Amino acid sequence: MLRLEKRPTPSKFWLYATPPVAVILTMIAGGILFAAMGKNPFEVIRTIFWDPVFGEFAFYLRGQLLVKAGPLILIAIGLALGFRAGIWNIGAEGQYIMGAIFGAGVGLAVFPTESRWIFPVMIVAGAFGGWAWAMIPAILKTRFNTNEILVSLMLVYVAETILAKASTGFLKNPEGMGFPGSRNFSSYPAAQNGFLSDTLGLHWGGVAALVTAVLAYILLTRHQAGFQIKLAGQAPRAARFHGVNPARLVVMCMGISGALAGMAGLFEVTGPAGQISIDFNTGYGFTAIIVAFLGRLNPLGIVLAGFLMALTYVGGEMASTNLGLPDAAIQVFQGMLLFFLLAVDVLTNYRFRLWVGGASLGAK
Amino acid sequence: MTRPELLRVEGITKAYPGVVANSDVTFSIGEGEIHALLGENGAGKSTMVKMIYGLIRPDSGAMTLHEAAYQPGKPAEARRLGVAMVFQHFSLFEALNVAENVALGMENPPPMRELAARIRAVSEEYGLPLDPSRMVGDLSAGERQRVEIIRCLLQDPKLLIMDEPTSVLTPQEVEILFRTLRQLSSEGTAILYISHKLEEIKSLCDEATILRRGKVVATCTPRERTAREMAELMVGQALKTPERRTVAKGEVALGVSDLSVESPIAFGTALKGVSFTVAIGEVLGIAGVAGNGQDELLLALSGELKAAADKVRIAGQAVGDLGPTDRRKAGLVAAPEDRYGHAAAPDMSLVENAFLTAGVRKGLTKRGFVDWAGARKFAEEIIAAYDVRTPGPDVAARALSGGNLQKFLMGRELMQGASVIVINQPTWGVDAAAAAQIRQSILDRAGEGAAVVVISQDLDELLEVSDSFAVLNEGRLTKPRSTEGLTMDEIGLMMGGAHGMEVAHHAEA
Amino acid sequence: MDLGGINPVILIATLMASAVPILMAALGETVVERAGVLNLGVEGMMVIGALGGFVVAVETGSPVLGFFGGAVAGAALSLIFALLTQVFLANQVATGLALTLFGLGVSSLGGQGYNGVKPPPTTQLLPDALADLPVVGPILFGHDWVVYFSILMTAVLWWMLKFTRVGLIIRAVGESHEAAHALGYKVNRIRLACIAFGGAMAGMGGAYVSLARVPQWVDGITAGAGWIALAIVVFASWKPWRVLIGAYLFGGITVLQLNLQVAGSVIPVEYLSMAPYLITILVLVIMSAGRKANGAPAALGQNFHASR
Repeated sequence: MLRLEKRPTPSKFWLYATPPVAVILTMIAGGILFAAMGKNPFEVIRTIFWDPVFGEFAFYLRGQLLVKAGPLILIAIGLALGFRAGIWNIGAEGQYIMGAIFGAGVGLAVFPTESRWIFPVMIVAGAFGGWAWAMIPAILKTRFNTNEILVSLMLVYVAETILAKASTGFLKNPEGMGFPGSRNFSSYPAAQNGFLSDTLGLHWGGVAALVTAVLAYILLTRHQAGFQIKLAGQAPRAARFHGVNPARLVVMCMGISGALAGMAGLFEVTGPAGQISIDFNTGYGFTAIIVAFLGRLNPLGIVLAGFLMALTYVGGEMASTNLGLPDAAIQVFQGMLLFFLLAVDVLTNYRFRLWVGGASLGAK
Repeated sequence: MTRPELLRVEGITKAYPGVVANSDVTFSIGEGEIHALLGENGAGKSTMVKMIYGLIRPDSGAMTLHEAAYQPGKPAEARRLGVAMVFQHFSLFEALNVAENVALGMENPPPMRELAARIRAVSEEYGLPLDPSRMVGDLSAGERQRVEIIRCLLQDPKLLIMDEPTSVLTPQEVEILFRTLRQLSSEGTAILYISHKLEEIKSLCDEATILRRGKVVATCTPRERTAREMAELMVGQALKTPERRTVAKGEVALGVSDLSVESPIAFGTALKGVSFTVAIGEVLGIAGVAGNGQDELLLALSGELKAAADKVRIAGQAVGDLGPTDRRKAGLVAAPEDRYGHAAAPDMSLVENAFLTAGVRKGLTKRGFVDWAGARKFAEEIIAAYDVRTPGPDVAARALSGGNLQKFLMGRELMQGASVIVINQPTWGVDAAAAAQIRQSILDRAGEGAAVVVISQDLDELLEVSDSFAVLNEGRLTKPRSTEGLTMDEIGLMMGGAHGMEVAHHAEA
Repeated sequence: MDLGGINPVILIATLMASAVPILMAALGETVVERAGVLNLGVEGMMVIGALGGFVVAVETGSPVLGFFGGAVAGAALSLIFALLTQVFLANQVATGLALTLFGLGVSSLGGQGYNGVKPPPTTQLLPDALADLPVVGPILFGHDWVVYFSILMTAVLWWMLKFTRVGLIIRAVGESHEAAHALGYKVNRIRLACIAFGGAMAGMGGAYVSLARVPQWVDGITAGAGWIALAIVVFASWKPWRVLIGAYLFGGITVLQLNLQVAGSVIPVEYLSMAPYLITILVLVIMSAGRKANGAPAALGQNFHASR
């Protein structure tokens, strides 16, 4: 009989080996799924994981990777700080939307003024929008002990209704001939988040994501606040004993993740999406949860995980156009990835032992 | 005395990775016999009884009950065969009532109303008053133990296992428990009594099996041996009592006046008007049965619970409204009882755990950035000074044995040069040699001029280290008095006596 | 009897039906949480149940079999959660979220080809003679069998949790898994059974959305009902009858809001449609405020591993 046994010290090997193992297991299970759908599994896997980087259209698709990875990384880093502290902000999608609405709103309000200050101010407004939206569950939690998971999630639905109202009402393009959606930022240079490098797919959002990753890494490993975040997540009573103020930590973690999600929304709406529209948001706020876990809640790991997840998006689109694979299959694939990761993760803190007749034979 | 044999344990061995908990253990218990299983913390007593109770299985060896092979696969089987157990850490559910708790420990409980009547009947018969409809979370530690005992008695056990039953009782409550146990014994129920308290065993037990490092080192009749003989068998070496330097009492270092706080713990005890002072060089011992406000007192002193500023003063400075960081700055360090999760973060390394409380006083942060090299150096100093057995400072705290981690945590607080030291249960679950070392360090720090508050449930320990003595009872602290000349009876009365239990036994007698 | 274009009798009758999905899911989650497990995958289990129920009902032509299929689908998905949290000891919050993401993906994948199909109808259980009685008719007798079943389940679970040995054991496991283990109860197996039950209830609730409420197949058809069910469990302090009250209150708000939209209220449609979510938040705040322990099982969300 196989039995689990707690390791005295977490395994360093499995800490790093878990994500690759999970990816391989997901490819196998995904392959079976694709085969069951009547596709050639090897072709699908190659289209998703190989072609975007090395295939025929790689020159274009490589750039798309950073476009998708940027917002995922930016949001996931914020979420990871909270998750580490045991603060579960799962409403990043709503904060992303509100950041986009606030930031875009500022830009559209001053249309068609041209000034190089406009875009930076929009970024700040976007961050503020996300921060403010995240402060609702944060303050309800600290003041009334309300569950932040449920509140932040409910606020996603609220944000979506506000977005619908924005794109058909208060932010609607007055020259849009009645179509829903705001003005397109591609025709408003001062407020546009254009590409800094077309081949890399780098826009200001990508820059922000990479800089944030480095800063977050330093925060977690070198700074007392990072220590307090980890401590609060692992041993809440020890954290209070250390001197952590739990309420302040909630406000800080929710605030950072909200602001980063809001910024991501602003970069997206002024760049790749181009305008506020009823469905400009594509679920990055939820996918970022997978990215955060896949990256082991470690900022540098999240960068890698963000690119991997971007690969499944870009490759998934390819598989969808070339092989007729439904979009939902990619969503299932991403869900499986998280499952496998969580399952394999047990090996970091536990090991399996084979028990025969009550005696342990020992195993890795 | 020849009694028919009830249980025989023959050559039992049980190993865990890295430790052999029991090695070739053999002993037997007769019907109606009170048999002591004696040994230090970590000697393998708990592992042994868990095997008898069917919670774990031995690797090798055999047991017989009434001369039939006995291999309980689970506790339910053990209970069916007449083996019952009262746990050291109660297996009780705080949010359920007494009757429900009892029902959960029975195979085929009768309907609730009938069960309640039987609980009342049994509790009166054995002098253990208990109201079946009360919520267990609201009961005192002694009352909770009664729930466990009654749960066992309702099943007419042939063998009752009691794991360290007196650690949660006042001296008077201990007497009453012993009366109950003797009554059971005279009715033919055998009792396997686990303890490391020698005087108790001498007064109660017919036979004793002494374990050291998982092996049986002796079997004896406790009444025929001296406590010292048994202690040496148990520990394997002669123990020296801590030396104390007498220091002239200095100025007041810690002053607490009329401190009242609500408990943040579910089913906790609020502190009610606690007042005391501790002078430089003085050790104040605070006794009390578990759950009478000890945890809350530690939280209120460490700064995790705040009060009005003037309720707590460190060297005259009002700190009642300050948090843990500021109180450490003011010179107070604290060591909570629970090692895993409160005093230490189990999954973090010793370096990180050293930083956990020493960051402030050891100057390990610069502009918010942590000096990890400095924290490592401090961790290594603690490991060296307190003889902490660990592969190095980078292992997770949970990898250390309880005793070793406790030494590390005591070292962490005692080596910060604080002027006020508050410790809850300094030697809980620690072997005798390490306990002696910790007590010595506490006395040394007091000798160097620190004011120390030791909260403990071990009366012997308190009498050994403290200059003055007080008792926490339902959140109230008695007026501290000098330890000199204090008798057990007086302490018992300070602890609130037997919580009205005498009545029951007198009525019956 | 009309109040601003809204008939209160019809309103009550409709809210009873509209509350069924969240009532069923919340009842299931109540049992799961009483056993100390926090499964945040209710939305995923509901949407899988909605699809499973729809597919079975369409393929077999039997709505009753459909509900059964929904329950099986929900339970099957919940077993993934059970495996991860009870065997592999994965974090319950993360696993629950993963379950929702996965469930939404699988349902939208499996639902392709069912768009626009009409399921066999689930009809009124009792004869028209009763249902047509004034006032009491629509409220007491005008429903399909699932509405009565959901009320029956409320009563059964209340009785089970409060008076039976099984209920006592479930509560014990949720209060202190260590103590339960020490008494010899198989904590993880008991929790596994509760999780599967919760999955079946959520699946059936989901099936009611696609078979009776909408009734057709649309991607993401449950639209957050699973999350609202989770909120209602908190609102109800983990008590079945209060779950029923919470679900009916919420159902009432939803129906009222839709009626207002139809009646052409002065409040814009968008603001009306966010009302249920805002009110859920408000209720959560009221229920959580000023109380340290509001009856939550003490071991909620903690995994158990029997060491030694």
